[in-house]
Amino acid sequence: MTTETIHSTVDAKGLSCPMPIVKTAQHVKTVPAGSLIEVLATDPGSVKDFGAWTRSTGNAIVEQSEDGGIYRFVIKRA
Amino acid sequence: MEDQPLALVLFSGTDDKLNAAAVMTAGAAALGRPVHVFLQYWALDAFRADRIKDDHGLAAEAGAEGKAAVDALRAEGQAPWYETMAQAKELGGVEIQACSLSMDVLRIEEQDLDPLVDGVEGVTAFYLNAGDGQIMFI
Repeated sequence: MTTETIHSTVDAKGLSCPMPIVKTAQHVKTVPAGSLIEVLATDPGSVKDFGAWTRSTGNAIVEQSEDGGIYRFVIKRA
Repeated sequence: MEDQPLALVLFSGTDDKLNAAAVMTAGAAALGRPVHVFLQYWALDAFRADRIKDDHGLAAEAGAEGKAAVDALRAEGQAPWYETMAQAKELGGVEIQACSLSMDVLRIEEQDLDPLVDGVEGVTAFYLNAGDGQIMFI
């Protein structure tokens, strides 16, 4: 588990493509550079989507896990 | 990917294709790609302010099974296509223009259109805007 504090959480549970990414992209613009954002999603497609999105946008996934169908990503804003 | 604009010619007016267009638009916008949507014919008609939230039906190939699947997802809370488009615009870099020819054909005035539509343009302006970028047709 990350020891740095999470700045804020995007709850994308129950949302299907592309909303987990869209909500995260919207939210990331509002937080300071270097912040850690937690994203919760239930859409299995979001795993590859977040990988692609972070590679494309320069944001980074610092942690990723799944528990009972809920995917958790910790993303560091570039 | 800010340097990889996407031009989307949106012709179809059924909810499934409008949703596909909204998802493609939102996905590109989330990646920082500028998106330029050009509304023609039945898609333009679907963007009328007094019709945008109506049931626009599904392509014939959906059939009863397809309709049941789409309805089930909507019942689970999936956002309708016009909300996904609005979210995409909120990300920035998305412009939606009405095709002036289709405006004439369907006798639509600019004030009839939903505020999601940014303006009216012809095919030449569309191509100039699209430049070397990818062009998609739905």
